[in-house]
Amino acid sequence: MAEILVLVDHAEGAVRKPALELLTLARRIGEPSAVVLGAGAAAADIAAKAAEFGAAKVYVADGAEFADQLVVPKVDALTQIAKANDVAGVLVTSSGEGKEVAARVALRLGSGIITDAVDVRAGDQGPVATQSVFAASYTVESRVSNGVPVITVKPNAVAPEAAPAAGAVENVSVEFTGNAARVTSRTPRVSTGRPELTEAAIVVSGGRGVGAAEGFGVVEELADALEAAVGASRAAVDAGWYPHSSQVGQTGKQVSPQLYVANGISGAIQHRAGMQTSKTIVAVNKDPEAPIFELADYGVVGDLFEVLPQLTAEVKARKG
Amino acid sequence: MSLRIVVCVKYVPDATGDRRFADDHTTDREGVDGLLSELDEYGVEQALRIAEANDGAEVTVLTVGPDDAKDALRKALSMGADKAVHVNDDDIHGSDVLATSAILAKALEKTGFDLVIGGMASTDGTMGVLPALLAERLGVPQVTLLSEVSVEGGVVKGRRDGDAATELVEAPLPAVVSVTDQSGEARYPSFKGIMAAKKKPVQSLDLDDLGIEADEVGLAGSWTAVDSVAARPARTAGTVVKDEGEGGKQLAAFLADQKFI
Ligand SMILES: Cc1cc2nc3c(=O)[nH]c(=O)nc-3n(C[C@H](O)[C@H](O)[C@H](O)COP(=O)(O)OP(=O)(O)OC[C@H]3O[C@@H](n4cnc5c(N)ncnc54)[C@H](O)[C@@H]3O)c2cc1C
Ligand SMILES: Cc1cc2nc3c(=O)[nH]c(=O)nc-3n(C[C@H](O)[C@H](O)[C@H](O)COP(=O)(O)OP(=O)(O)OC[C@H]3O[C@@H](n4cnc5c(N)ncnc54)[C@H](O)[C@@H]3O)c2cc1C
Repeated sequence: MAEILVLVDHAEGAVRKPALELLTLARRIGEPSAVVLGAGAAAADIAAKAAEFGAAKVYVADGAEFADQLVVPKVDALTQIAKANDVAGVLVTSSGEGKEVAARVALRLGSGIITDAVDVRAGDQGPVATQSVFAASYTVESRVSNGVPVITVKPNAVAPEAAPAAGAVENVSVEFTGNAARVTSRTPRVSTGRPELTEAAIVVSGGRGVGAAEGFGVVEELADALEAAVGASRAAVDAGWYPHSSQVGQTGKQVSPQLYVANGISGAIQHRAGMQTSKTIVAVNKDPEAPIFELADYGVVGDLFEVLPQLTAEVKARKG
Repeated sequence: MSLRIVVCVKYVPDATGDRRFADDHTTDREGVDGLLSELDEYGVEQALRIAEANDGAEVTVLTVGPDDAKDALRKALSMGADKAVHVNDDDIHGSDVLATSAILAKALEKTGFDLVIGGMASTDGTMGVLPALLAERLGVPQVTLLSEVSVEGGVVKGRRDGDAATELVEAPLPAVVSVTDQSGEARYPSFKGIMAAKKKPVQSLDLDDLGIEADEVGLAGSWTAVDSVAARPARTAGTVVKDEGEGGKQLAAFLADQKFI
């Protein structure tokens, strides 16, 4: 069966959920092989996890280069593995770095690239990707018409499904081409203890209406009651109330949770670009004319400092 | 030492207007209002700041785009860039990102560069990969998605805020950089800047000038194909209630009904 390479995103020794989603999607278009790069001693555990989600083979490559140089070492590894094994497709997670790696791999393979797919399926002329474009106002079906399809897929495109496979590990030694920027320091992002924004089933966000950094307290309390991630609009981030890593929208994270709760957010097109594909959208805003109500499945016109604490108490009561 | 900075800028349909596709499934760039991609203003801004900090630096803005793309160049010139290059050819219509990067790379080789600056992503295609592709094609380091950037002694340094970590990165020039919207507010063109821009040189190039064959780019030379486009059914507004003291409870009832609690 056609071999599909899946670049496995990992952090702190663990597989990130989007990689399991890629393995799940890869099974629709062929037989997945996981690629685990620069994982050090954690490679064996990561390989085992990949096998659990359908990887028949796991290519493992290591070296200081993966941490010390930007993007290029991963491009070297992925390209060399793709060429040596005559693969039929390459799937990468749509993160800032994932897209850059994928694009350079595509160029080296002489292949087209599609980014930000929200779905992938098998088609008569190869894999078909679905993209959600222009702030999710259009749905596009596209495909790579030359070379080995390289596709980057957004987190939450599919629910990961286990499908145990052999997961035969093959160690690969990569010829590094250099010509890369040097990484002189790396500070891991401190975990908030809450779910990852792009992976969470529920996201509770605050905007300018929250009024101040302290105002996010009511947003966080609701998020914690719902076991949700916290998001913010750019206005709230620019004001310095919440970190940029939590920004939702065109220039922040694009999220697609089961439930998105927008509080004190007007619903500008650039914010919608990051949350419009959420399954259910709920909004709390004191302005009945706020555009966010046009896309909300349920809206409350009111002061978020009144509505949210009552909602949080009710959620806690109902959850017991 | 003179520092040749080239900023790649894209002319895009206005995101707050009506964006749509033409019959051939390409982005309609004719019938809609366009502008300099807002995220490329950050690239122009950083180029100007680097030029201010480096004696004898020169800032060129470069675009690949239709006739109206000259508006994007004018805006960048009015912000303070020194000159502009406009690659425009009917055969470019429908180019995918690999074809576009091939054209930009050829244009950059022609203009010469020490530092290429791009935006984090365009506001229409939003791929965020073109600067990486330019680095690959030009054989120089990529120092991308920077929220902070500086150039000193022939080395470009910056801060890259990734998903999992914040990295400090650096590379010797020549290099390709891209900057995010966190890199620093872009300046507004002054009246003087707008007047001065009218006299600044804009060089026009076509595919012939760059030694590119028509079938290497455009729809024919692209390695991706769009099979279908469909307007997504607009989300319909649901129930909106006014909080009269029970709004939180009403919302909780809705969430319970939808099995979220
Ligand atoms: C190139 C570009 C990229 C961008 N990228 C992003 C992005 O990634 N993400 C993003 O979010 N934005 C982005 N923006 C900015 C976007 O255009 C908006 O400016 C921004 O989303 C507004 O944030 P907001 O809704 O929080 O603020 P506002 O638009 O000011 O809305 C605040 C809302 O809060 C309500 N409110 C006030 N007080 C209360 C209260 N006590 N209780 C309830 N409601 C209250 C008000 O009625 C209002 O509707 C981008 C813009 C550009 C040009
Ligand atoms: C909705 C949509 C989806 C698309 N999806 C794909 C796809 O999956 N695969 C594919 O191959 N093509 C795709 N395209 C086509 C692609 O957008 C164009 O080929 C475009 O020229 C380059 O991609 P980008 O705009 O996404 O650039 P990005 O990679 O997002 O741009 C980053 C930076 O590169 C520079 N830049 C980009 N374009 C230009 C330009 N024309 N002139 C000067 N500088 C520029 C700017 O500095 C910009 O900030 C898509 C287009 C649209 C409108």
